[in-house]
Amino acid sequence: MSVLIFAELDQAADGTGSLRKSSLEAIFYGAQVAGMLGTTATALVIGSAEAPELELTGNYGATKVLHATAERLAQPNNMAYATVLAAAAGQEGSSVVIIAKSSLGDAVAARAAGKLKAGLVSNVVDLPEGDAASLRVKRSIYTGKAFAITEMKSPVKIITIRKNAVAPQTTDAKAAIEAFSPTLNDQDFVAQVTGVEKATGEVPLTEADIIVSGGRGMRGPENWGILEDLAHALHAATGCSKPVSDLDWRPHHEHIGQTGIKVSPNLYVACGISGAIQHLAGVNGSKVIVVINKDAEAPFFKAADYGIVGDVFDILPRLTKAVQSAG
Amino acid sequence: MKILVCVTSVPDTTARISFTDGDTKFSKAGVQYITGPYDDYALSRAVELKEQLGATLTVLNVGEADAEPVIRKCLAIGADDAIRVNAEPTDAYFVAEQIAAIARQESYDLILMGRESIDFNGGQVHGIVGEMLGIPSFSPVMKLDIEGTKAKIAREIEGGKETLEASLPLVLGCQEPIAEWKIPNMRGIMTARTKPLRVVEPSGSDSLTKVQKYELPPPKGACRMIPAEEAETLIGLLRTEAKII
Repeated sequence: MSVLIFAELDQAADGTGSLRKSSLEAIFYGAQVAGMLGTTATALVIGSAEAPELELTGNYGATKVLHATAERLAQPNNMAYATVLAAAAGQEGSSVVIIAKSSLGDAVAARAAGKLKAGLVSNVVDLPEGDAASLRVKRSIYTGKAFAITEMKSPVKIITIRKNAVAPQTTDAKAAIEAFSPTLNDQDFVAQVTGVEKATGEVPLTEADIIVSGGRGMRGPENWGILEDLAHALHAATGCSKPVSDLDWRPHHEHIGQTGIKVSPNLYVACGISGAIQHLAGVNGSKVIVVINKDAEAPFFKAADYGIVGDVFDILPRLTKAVQSAG
Repeated sequence: MKILVCVTSVPDTTARISFTDGDTKFSKAGVQYITGPYDDYALSRAVELKEQLGATLTVLNVGEADAEPVIRKCLAIGADDAIRVNAEPTDAYFVAEQIAAIARQESYDLILMGRESIDFNGGQVHGIVGEMLGIPSFSPVMKLDIEGTKAKIAREIEGGKETLEASLPLVLGCQEPIAEWKIPNMRGIMTARTKPLRVVEPSGSDSLTKVQKYELPPPKGACRMIPAEEAETLIGLLRTEAKII
């Protein structure tokens, strides 16, 4: 009966796994749903992680954590992970499965939905209402321009949540660790990962609490230093607009917008971005938006909470200094 | 080689979103429909592969009759024929079932689609189709090359990319920069009119999820403007007023 949460690990170079922040949010979300349905929350962790890290799931509300450590599962694999997730849902008799949105989580959710004939709703922004037979969830649609209240009635329901769907509160509770070794399927291991290129030590954009983002107003890739300085002072991730990524000033995985990454941080600072509707679509889930642009007519100001009409080359270093001196 | 490209007909990215019938229906009035931008990338790469390797290229849409202009445009860009499953695409599982049913009859080597539709943004259909057919699925794919029966793939992950090799058949959700968008030429537009477009009725189960009501985000309050010469005060406001840093 328990609510099952797929808790994704980030693997460090030495192989130690740490729970992703988005997955901790998912565990808290799952525990809230479990409370609502009068049941408990079980986390599923796949891959190598130490006991204290696994017990941490309890701080966020899981009473039990299933840990699958088969060697073949060390490399993230959407098919094999979905097989493990479906087996866990079967063992736990779970009617609700919660997954944080991510490149792996999305794929695992879809494959598991196919296996379990489960209704699947993605980009959910708030806790559900209803009961185990019929859940209503609020999902973001039209790239953040609207919401759909969606009813889920299938016996198994899978929900993927967006960042900030809940604000977790933690306790000192620890989850009981249980080894989990379901039968794996050779068919799931036919693809070969031949390489991973990943910026190290950076907060992924979808998980960042604060994002400092630059547009064409930054005038060139050589000027990104002042933006990175502010991001560093705020412990923020950096993003960019589509023209900036199209011009190869910044890598594609930093492109925020309708055809790039959609983000919902606590704070989004737009520097020299005019605010085309396609860019706004990617950021309108942000709690607070700050816009810095020398053009007072930039449409982005209409979507902003705070605005400064000014030159980014003057303003950004001053903001960085203000953050540091107040620090 | 046989390639299937699944496309959506969606409101233009600049469309104003509004609802009717007590917020239970999307208001189509005055809305321009386009091929899903991500689907356009999938189609463009499929046309390139067809030119390089020789292939038959079918486009598939799960949608109502008003999606046909988008389907004809795909034919004009280079697809050989088209199938429309005559149903409102209400839910990812339902749409995936329709695609899988067609794919089981035709056994495609490659099933491509956009990473997500830009109306419901689910990004789930490719994965469910892959599972239903028992073949691998990957998304978002930004590079795709075919060598014999093998695909070399690069897909975007958080903060970087992952490269993969897998044997066909595969289901892939695509995004830029997998290919440059193609614009139909006059000859393409003329021949598209006579290319076969088969309409089939949906099969399988009902939708597993159902939209009860739509909502628009609450209107944004006025932007608080801070004079450039007092820019530093922003940091204090973010700390004490907005309480987010």
